[in-house]
Formats: sequence, C-alpha cells, structure tokens
Amino acid sequence: MSADHEQHPLFMPLVFVGGLIFGFGLAFSHMAQPEIVLTFLQFADFGLLFVMFGAAVVTGITFFGVKLVRSDAPLTGTPYSRRLKTLDRNVVVGGGIFGVGWGLSGICPGAAYASLGIGNVIILYGIAGMFVGAYLQGYWRSALLESDSAATAAD
Amino acid sequence: MSTTLPLAVAILAELFPNGIGHYAIGGLLVGLGTAVIYLGTGIPAGASTFLESTLSYGSSLSRFQQYHPSRDWRVVFTLGIVAGAAVYALTFQSGLVSSSLHQPATTGQLVDIGGFTVWLTDVQPWRLFLGGILIGIGTRLGKGCTSGHGVCGVGSASSASFVGVATFLLVAIGVAQLVQAVGVSP
Repeated sequence: MSADHEQHPLFMPLVFVGGLIFGFGLAFSHMAQPEIVLTFLQFADFGLLFVMFGAAVVTGITFFGVKLVRSDAPLTGTPYSRRLKTLDRNVVVGGGIFGVGWGLSGICPGAAYASLGIGNVIILYGIAGMFVGAYLQGYWRSALLESDSAATAAD
Repeated sequence: MSTTLPLAVAILAELFPNGIGHYAIGGLLVGLGTAVIYLGTGIPAGASTFLESTLSYGSSLSRFQQYHPSRDWRVVFTLGIVAGAAVYALTFQSGLVSSSLHQPATTGQLVDIGGFTVWLTDVQPWRLFLGGILIGIGTRLGKGCTSGHGVCGVGSASSASFVGVATFLLVAIGVAQLVQAVGVSP
C-alpha cells in the first residue's frame, strides 16, 4: 500500500467514486442520522442490521469471489487478500470504548462524514471529537512505545 | 397459514416500523462502494483510519506517520463519502428525485436553503463531541469501526472483526438504553 501504488491515473478517481457510492448509501439508508442509529440501539427499529450485514454480504461475495477470477488488483498490482487483523486485547478494549461512544452519540466515522454531506453541520462537534480522540490515543501509544523501548534499552 | 401470515406481518411491522427497503438498498450501496475500491486497488477501505492518517499532515508522532503512504487517498475517500451524501441531499432529500423505495427523514429538522434541503440533527452537541472522543480512541485502539470491522472484516470472515463487532454492538446497545433510561433525549 505504498504511495507509488497510487501512480495509476485512475487510482484516485476510483477511490472517489467508491466513496461517492458508499456515502450515498449511508445517506439513503438514514445512517447519516444519529437518531436512526439510536433507535436501532434502543430496539425501536432494527433496520440497521440490513445496512451493516447487507454491505458485509456484498463485500464478502466480492472478497471471496474475485480470487476465482484474478489474483491481483488491476490499478495497483496488490494481491487480493482479505481484511484480517490480529485478535488481541486491544480489539476488545478498543471495541468497548468505541461502543460507549457509539451508544452515547449514535455516530460512527463513515456515517459522520456522510452526515456532513446531507448538510448536518452540527456533526462537526462529533468529527472534531473523533480527531481529539484519535490524537489522544496516538499520543499515549507513541509515548508508551518510547518508554517501552527506553526501558528495554536500559535493561 | 391464515393466522400465521398476519402475525408475521405484525411482527415485521413491529421490528421495522419504517420498512426495510431503504435500509437494504443503502446497505447494498455501502457494500458496492467498498467493492469498487477493492476490485480496482485491492484495498479493503475502512473509514476510521482517515482520522489518524490525516493527523499525520500536522503531527510527527510515529503512530500517525505510519499512515503517511495512504493519507492522500484516505482524504479522497472521505471527500467521496461527503460528496455522495451531498448528492443524496441534492436529489432525494431536496425532493428533486422521488421513489417509492425512498423513505423521507422522520427525525431531526429539514431546512430548505434556496431549494437545497439540509438535514440537521436534534442530538445534543455534547453527546456528539464526547461520543466522538471515545469513538476516536476506541476505533483506532480496536483496529476498526463499523466499516472496517463491520463491513470489510465481517465480509472477510475475520475472527478479530467478529469479536470487535460483537463487542461494540453489545456495549453500544447497553449504553444507548442506559442513556434513554436516565432520560437524556435527544
């Protein structure tokens, strides 16, 4: 995923078009409205399940199906591989912290960007908060990494 | 049959008071957008990495600089999401295009600004801001959000993503119900 993969003239336009469809879908399904996400979490309307799992079914078919046809992506040469992350404590702790934020606000990153697109300027409070949170964890984890490597060096 | 069918309809109406059409179509489009990027580039794109990759423009912290190579296209992806939602606002939300599959907004405020209808949330800013901070911390520590884990990860049948989704879904349900129970609304 290095920057030279972005050399292909169609790389950025394709990413933009993909984002366009993605954002339109979030707005059409009302996921850009925090209230609707909250009605799901409060068991008043289970429609969100169709959005998240409907999308996952499409990506699942794509991720597994494309490998039957070709092995690498035409614009980058990147081999097609699934999105696999290491399962560790961070997945659970981070997921829990994200869950508290999601349940409190009814927003998540993609839906928040889409919310701005439908004119909801109030969502900027949420997006600003996300940047603050992302910065805080980056600051803490960078500091932790340095003190860890300093401790290792001292040992 | 004569008694079970109306019962099934009643249960569906109870679970999905706004129908399922616009949810299913929106979900398919979210998946299609992800699939288009994946097919062309091999990248399973998530929405929350943008937060850290964009911070790398202004911060030299190693946590953010690791995303330096992808930060430009992640900005383009996010601008695409904003623009796609704006296309929806210009068409369906503004009443320029209509369809029986489209569900008009039933929450928040619709405000007409010279023919362009914008939608504004009623959820209080402090909830958005405080929630946003926790989302910024949690998605980055937890390796993904509703799109990274929920759409790409589940679509990849990744066990880390199954655990991630189950965790944030259950916690969010608990918190949202608690918030409602203590009377915070909207």
